[in-house]
Amino acid sequence: MNFIFNKLLQLIPTFLGITLISFFVMHLAPGEPTGLEADFNPKMTPEVRQKLREQYGLDNPIHIQYLKWMKGLITLDLGKSFSSDKRPVWDKIKETLPITLLLNIISLLLIILISAPLGIYSAVNKDGPFDKGVTFSVFFFYAAPTFWVALILMLIFGVYLKWLPISGLHSLMGYQNMNIFEKILDWTRHLIIPISVSVIGGLAGISRYMRSSMLDVLNQDYVMTARAKGLPENKVIFKHALRNALLPLITILGLSIPGLIGGSVIFESIFAIPGIGQLMWMSVLARDYPVLMGNLVIVAILTLIGNLLADIGYALADPRIRKGYKN
Amino acid sequence: MRFKNYRIFFLIIAILSVFFIDIIDISVFAENNKNYGDTIILGSIGDASNLMPMLSSDATSHEISGLLINGLVKYDKNLNLVGDLAKSWEISPDGLTITFHLKKGVLWEDGKEFTAEDVIFGFKTITDPKIPTAYAGDFMMVKDISAPDKYTVVVNYKEPFAPALGSWGNIVVLPKHLLEGKDITASPLARKPISLGPYKFKEWKTQEKIVLEANPAYFDERPYLDNYIMRIIPDSATMFLELKTGNLDWMGLSPLQYSRQTKNKFFNDNFNKYQYLAFSYTYMGYNLKSPFFNDKKVRQALNYAINKEEIVNGVLLGYGIPAHGPYKPDSPFYNRNLPKSVYDLEKAKALLKEAGWADTNKDGILDKNNIKFSFTILTNQGNDLRLKTAQIIQHRLKQIGIEAKIRTVEWAAFIKDFINKRRFEAIILGWTMGIEPDIYDIWHSSRADGVGLNFIGYKNTEIDKLLEEGRKTFDIEKRKQIYFKIQEILLDDQPYTFLYFPMALPIIHKRFKGIEPAPSGITHNFEKWYVPKNEQKYIAP
Repeated sequence: MNFIFNKLLQLIPTFLGITLISFFVMHLAPGEPTGLEADFNPKMTPEVRQKLREQYGLDNPIHIQYLKWMKGLITLDLGKSFSSDKRPVWDKIKETLPITLLLNIISLLLIILISAPLGIYSAVNKDGPFDKGVTFSVFFFYAAPTFWVALILMLIFGVYLKWLPISGLHSLMGYQNMNIFEKILDWTRHLIIPISVSVIGGLAGISRYMRSSMLDVLNQDYVMTARAKGLPENKVIFKHALRNALLPLITILGLSIPGLIGGSVIFESIFAIPGIGQLMWMSVLARDYPVLMGNLVIVAILTLIGNLLADIGYALADPRIRKGYKN
Repeated sequence: MRFKNYRIFFLIIAILSVFFIDIIDISVFAENNKNYGDTIILGSIGDASNLMPMLSSDATSHEISGLLINGLVKYDKNLNLVGDLAKSWEISPDGLTITFHLKKGVLWEDGKEFTAEDVIFGFKTITDPKIPTAYAGDFMMVKDISAPDKYTVVVNYKEPFAPALGSWGNIVVLPKHLLEGKDITASPLARKPISLGPYKFKEWKTQEKIVLEANPAYFDERPYLDNYIMRIIPDSATMFLELKTGNLDWMGLSPLQYSRQTKNKFFNDNFNKYQYLAFSYTYMGYNLKSPFFNDKKVRQALNYAINKEEIVNGVLLGYGIPAHGPYKPDSPFYNRNLPKSVYDLEKAKALLKEAGWADTNKDGILDKNNIKFSFTILTNQGNDLRLKTAQIIQHRLKQIGIEAKIRTVEWAAFIKDFINKRRFEAIILGWTMGIEPDIYDIWHSSRADGVGLNFIGYKNTEIDKLLEEGRKTFDIEKRKQIYFKIQEILLDDQPYTFLYFPMALPIIHKRFKGIEPAPSGITHNFEKWYVPKNEQKYIAP
């Protein structure tokens, strides 16, 4: 408990640092939010432009702007979007975040479920035909551009075979009249291609890590000891080797949590999925600072939670770390 | 006028024309064929931002709000101004007063009557300095506005202002009974608008879809199509696949999709393709302060050296026409008698020689006073058509001994650091044009300073005078003569090399009948589109 509390305390300055740096870096980019409404619009008078800047608080020096934003954050108010709908930032994030999280958590789980066994099997049968085949195919899909794989799958399953819908989250027509099971089925059908694309592209990383950490462990003395004392191969691999080989995976999983929202920009626009990746991308283009900062806060929190979970996971899995802390 | 990316220019056309839906029913189709019902589903690359027209400046928002709210006036399919919510209007002989007579019995969706008060409220809102609207400029010339009775609006101008009439579109119509005394920038109407037009709002899911349905309380004839659904699909390749699967009824195609990918049995059997000149043009503008381009002869030479036909064929696959001035050939203000400049390398070389440029050091590049004729063409990142155009120009200029480099910059930075600071030699950009011929903001010398849109720094007293006169002249024939003259001067002066007018290339499912392409596009009679009963696809959304 003490361990977790201490870790949490350490997160606070890190979090403040992240917001501070992002806020200033963001303002370094040329262009201003008023620009997109005002630039090149002959009907926009200089007075209106000035008015807009004042409304957005852009006439204040940047450190004042940051402090104001910080004050909002402390009261859990992320401010209002600069875009012409002027909606609260939190509303926009609330709408899009769950979709992205859902998608990415499902794909992350699938990636682990598929790639861990692949990695283990490859390691055990190192340099065999299976290992080589897996290596080739995971790297092939890792190297293939996401949009290309996506379009090919859409073309095959959506256009020619007509088995699956191409884009969107649910059917355009008749969705309201479906019962809950039909709705779930409808969502599932829509998510098959997007999730497959993300899983296919993500297999390489984890299966490779798994393979190499398993190989490492298999070469350790204690594995040799286990074999020498005549344990069946199954027990050697699953009881002695696997547990130790899983340790590095914890770190990687912790690190991939922020990627849950960051990595989905291209992906969401190809599949027309109204997720947070798209929201973030548009707010970058529009220099919509409040929405951008709101997103950064979410990403920062996720990153920190990811690190924390990795630390905790490590402590749970590895008694050495637990004990080391107590001493 | 505003810049737009090519990818969405089809949408801009759609708004321009949706604003101004035709009221005259041309009964070329047998009445018994016309059935109510069915749904049209169209794809859009971008989502709407705000459905109160005066607060948004993006194409999608205007496309949707154009179906929800009518204006006092609108343009018909041949781009003439006709009445909409106003049944008629008078302009005083001195051009200072416009009196609108409104139609009676026009109802808001909630049953309240639309009156002159709504127009006055809209006007007060749009001219309120606290309201962040991009359209206040048009109304700054108004001295006062009043409503002698419920159905009459009288507007007095400080000086005669010909573009005024066209400005009384749907931008300035607001439901006073719902907004009075409230902060309109925080109004729920932005996301859940109230209708006065042919369609009413049903649902908007951000980044997903916008659904409209026919408005039974519409004052004019009820539209035939029951529902209108706009799906937001940010990726154009995905959108095309959705079209191919039959999930979309209407989208704007790229020249490549139009000419190659839709030439097969499936598309021939199921879709109709349309083409018309878009309301935009692409040009190469010169910084007239630059030592290369301050000489008219050089600019004329470049105009001869650039092969516009080649650009249209290479970049637009032929779906466009070369431009020689700021008006498209089907505009009433286009000067037909203008000599068309043709591609002529020899003439270009001769003109450059006259201007004093010669290759004295024999390195293949012209020079004058020891300065090489080498400049950079700047354009915005992400617009493939403009980049290709720049490359073709680069190739042609090399043949007359001019070295052109190409650089692309992200949009916001491009405006802030290069255009507004006038730090460029030549740029390739486009203008979206309105129907109104006034081009004061782009060419008048008063717009050359600060961050004005005359960023090339063009100052010509004759043009200034003509532009001012054009704004004050209501008589259409007299106006035409003024803008004809402007085109002649621009052709001679060549402050821009006008490059091309692209075409809008919509594709629409065959079951929709009654579509009539016209100079204003195809959506001028959208309310009259229908699907015969036996071909209807969607019973309910």
